[in-house]
Amino acid sequence: MGTTAAGPEWLGLPPGLLRMRRLLLVVWLGLVAVGAGLLLGLLVGPAWAAFALLPLAGIGWGWVLLGRNWHSWRYAERADDLLISRGVLWREETVVPYGRMQLVEVTSGPVERHFGLASVQLHTAAAATDATIPGLDPAEAERLRDRLTQLGEARSAGL
Amino acid sequence: MTTPGVEDGAPDVPDAPDAPDAPDAPAPVDTAEPTDTADTPETAETAETAETAGTPDPPGTHPERPVTERRLHPVTPFRRAWAPIAVLVGWAVHDPNQAQEQLTRLTTTTLLIALAVLVPAASLYGFLTWWFTHFSVTDSELRIRTGLLFRRAAHIRLERVQAIDVSQPLLARIAGVAKLRLDVVGAEKKDELAFLGEEEARVLRAELLARAAGFAPETAHEVGEAPARELLRVPPRELAIALVLTGATWGALVAALVVPPVLWLATHSVWTVLATGVPLLGAAGASSVGRFVGEYDWTVGESPDGLRIDHGLLDRTHETVPPGRVQTVRIVQPLLWRRRGWVRVELDVAGSANSVLVPVAPREAAEAVVARVLPGVSVPAGTSLSRPPRRAGRCVPLWWRGYGIAVTDTVFATRHGLLRRSLALVPHAKVQSVRLTQGPWQRLWRLADVHVDTGADKTVTARLRDVQEAAELLRGQAERSRTGRLDARSDRWMA
Repeated sequence: MGTTAAGPEWLGLPPGLLRMRRLLLVVWLGLVAVGAGLLLGLLVGPAWAAFALLPLAGIGWGWVLLGRNWHSWRYAERADDLLISRGVLWREETVVPYGRMQLVEVTSGPVERHFGLASVQLHTAAAATDATIPGLDPAEAERLRDRLTQLGEARSAGL
Repeated sequence: MTTPGVEDGAPDVPDAPDAPDAPDAPAPVDTAEPTDTADTPETAETAETAETAGTPDPPGTHPERPVTERRLHPVTPFRRAWAPIAVLVGWAVHDPNQAQEQLTRLTTTTLLIALAVLVPAASLYGFLTWWFTHFSVTDSELRIRTGLLFRRAAHIRLERVQAIDVSQPLLARIAGVAKLRLDVVGAEKKDELAFLGEEEARVLRAELLARAAGFAPETAHEVGEAPARELLRVPPRELAIALVLTGATWGALVAALVVPPVLWLATHSVWTVLATGVPLLGAAGASSVGRFVGEYDWTVGESPDGLRIDHGLLDRTHETVPPGRVQTVRIVQPLLWRRRGWVRVELDVAGSANSVLVPVAPREAAEAVVARVLPGVSVPAGTSLSRPPRRAGRCVPLWWRGYGIAVTDTVFATRHGLLRRSLALVPHAKVQSVRLTQGPWQRLWRLADVHVDTGADKTVTARLRDVQEAAELLRGQAERSRTGRLDARSDRWMA
């Protein structure tokens, strides 16, 4: 959607998120591959162990998918609203005016914390507004939260 | 009316106001979860003060006007008295064979003793829940204090109130009492005061609305009921014809008449036929007779308090929607109504389940009402809507012809449906966020959807627009909703 690229200044996500997701993918699917290979190879026959190649192929495919998905995420702070754009096949672009924000949340799960990542989630009065920016640097997440709440207060409006 | 000594007799339980984890708390007032999280600390504080000191004047209120706590109408305990009988009936229906067996074993004396125990117990329960329920109106809040074992204090901020309904079920109408119900944003359930005297409910509604509107506290309870001007009344004949011309009515009737005989032929089991036939008949009745009874004498009025909607043949309901609360308006036209030029108007208010504004009316009359509900808005004519490009037929065959959008300087309007047309209007000031989505197949045909989210958790979608147009729509709508908000009316519309 970069047709009007002249306007907003887009920011991408830090590479930490991609690293985390790829690592999780390799660890989980690697475990599945080893488990399937061992079980089938020992119980059914060595030829069946070839099924372990399926999760391995999954790793390769997922590796590319995660990379493309990570590239597609970007956000821009404009004067009056926040833009979030994401998705490769199913694209989605969200505009949330600052005055409509009811609550800005910074969350960070145990895995995310280990990788030094945090997500910013925006809530408006509409539940359909799904405005989340995952995998930000905690400092950037907090800067964004403070800036958004500050702008939200300045431009606040009722329902 | 204030009874400071009452609390001394209260069971000595841990004080748990706003206890949401009390599933079977005996709450005679069917109140919601804590309505406003921001209030919780204050709630706890005031509730405690009121209980320990027994003072009718919690801190933080106007010093000159003490807050008087009131009780519900004395008829209220009786609505609980029939509960054990209902339980017995439910058990009998659930397991008829065993119920009969038990009944034959029971002698008249045991039956009488059981009744003599159960009915007073239920009455006592009803009485106690009534006794421990108080409500009061302060300058900015409605406070409801309730609970026998688990105490609960709900403070409802009046400027957050989205709508106030006074409803009278048939029995309540006979007893001369009414239920007052408040819709608040963010509350799962509605807060309800059941029951109040008929006159009391009317006065309380007027007072709550006056306070929500921002009248000075000294005069708020003297403002009285604002005069209403009738905008539209639906004649019973028109309503009946409209229901006859609705597909759903016939669908339910046909299902109720066809399915049980077919089942009988297939299974020859009385129970199967009854188990499916009774709910089907019920649904058919609800969609025809039930709707007629519920929507009978539908009157839409306008007053400074907001929109008044009165309806019902047996159960009368009086709803009030304060101005500026309407998030979306939908104008629906079923296929068979098109020749007569009738439409139904539905509206969405945040936190409210009621959605019908006008059950049936000629288009011009309905549009006049919409113009009063959304001031300054004119409903875009059917011809002024722009259709998606022809290639949209590759994504949604045939039905793409029903899609259309129009953007005026006050509303964002989209239409969908080929046979049953539905036109949704969102004022720019009510837009919460705008989204553009595009799937792979849509990208192949250079199409995209634009979604507009509103505060009533409703999304209005402009489907299958040209990509370039959709991108402009996204940017433009964000800009329009920003400027639209600047000149929106404030929450306190009289202040």
